[in-house]
Amino acid sequence: MPRIVVDVMPKPEILDPQGKAIVGALPRLGFTSFSSVRQGKRFELTVDGEVTEEILAQARDAAATLLSNPVIEDVVNVEVVEA
Amino acid sequence: MTELPLIGEAVAVAAVPRLAGARIGVVTFPGTLDDRDAARAVRLAGGTAVPLWHADTALGDVDAVVIPGGFSYGDYLRAGAIARFAPLMSKIIDAANSDAKLPVLGICNGFQILTESHLLPGSMIKNDHLKFLCRDQVLRVENSNTAWTLDYQAGQEITVPLKNQDGQYLADEKTLDALEAENRVVFRYVGFNPNGSRRDIAGISNAAGNVVGLMPHPEHAVETGFGPESLDGIGGADTDGLGFFTSVLTKIVGGDK
Repeated sequence: MPRIVVDVMPKPEILDPQGKAIVGALPRLGFTSFSSVRQGKRFELTVDGEVTEEILAQARDAAATLLSNPVIEDVVNVEVVEA
Repeated sequence: MTELPLIGEAVAVAAVPRLAGARIGVVTFPGTLDDRDAARAVRLAGGTAVPLWHADTALGDVDAVVIPGGFSYGDYLRAGAIARFAPLMSKIIDAANSDAKLPVLGICNGFQILTESHLLPGSMIKNDHLKFLCRDQVLRVENSNTAWTLDYQAGQEITVPLKNQDGQYLADEKTLDALEAENRVVFRYVGFNPNGSRRDIAGISNAAGNVVGLMPHPEHAVETGFGPESLDGIGGADTDGLGFFTSVLTKIVGGDK
């Protein structure tokens, strides 16, 4: 069944406290090549049947209203993935 | 349901009979923690607390609403994000925006729900130090003209408990400037900013002043012997939070400031 993948990231100008914690932990494990980490969210919306333009529009609407908060986050990707 | 203080003296304002007719709704979501304390604060201030359930489709006969703290829906997705779409919230949003301007107070998770509901601007993210923090926090009351701060003086400092992980208030600079210009920063942290909030903001209001949200917990500082300790250890700040609840009762019964 096809899925619609929605990726949400904290806005670039907003401090990402979780990413900050991760970038602090990486060198302790010997991963020294990464100067910054930002942590986002990936949602997978499963569709029973074909993904029509209307369903994709619904997914974009859901991404903007529920899955992200525009004050602190950007929806950076909405795409269909065939299972 | 009658509750009296276990120790200490019953609060004097409870003796004002005309306040008992004021009905303050207290909302419970799955995961709400502080609804009982909020209801108790309403009663100690002299009002009648009315339990409300998130799935209710009618607001009923209430004169004001408190959205208490906790972890509604486990804080899944974002704090307050799912609670915002509960059936009762659409009724509260309509009533807060109506001509009647229903007074609404959001405490901690309730504040997060109010920002997700767009009743208040901005948002909360994780504390800048990444830890859950619980402490007695000094606040300055910046605006004593809202429905929930009438019984304070502008500039007054109060001490109430603070306990949260996602307490860092932020908004874009334009929004922050507008909040300051319109005197909608209602509370500021004093002495120590516990979470990295922009401009030390602890609480804000909407333009009309009927909707107020803050991260610290006034409902935990309403009773002698159970609130923050004063500097001399005698408990002088124990009831600093009670003014929120007496304020809205004063507003409802139309008393003088």
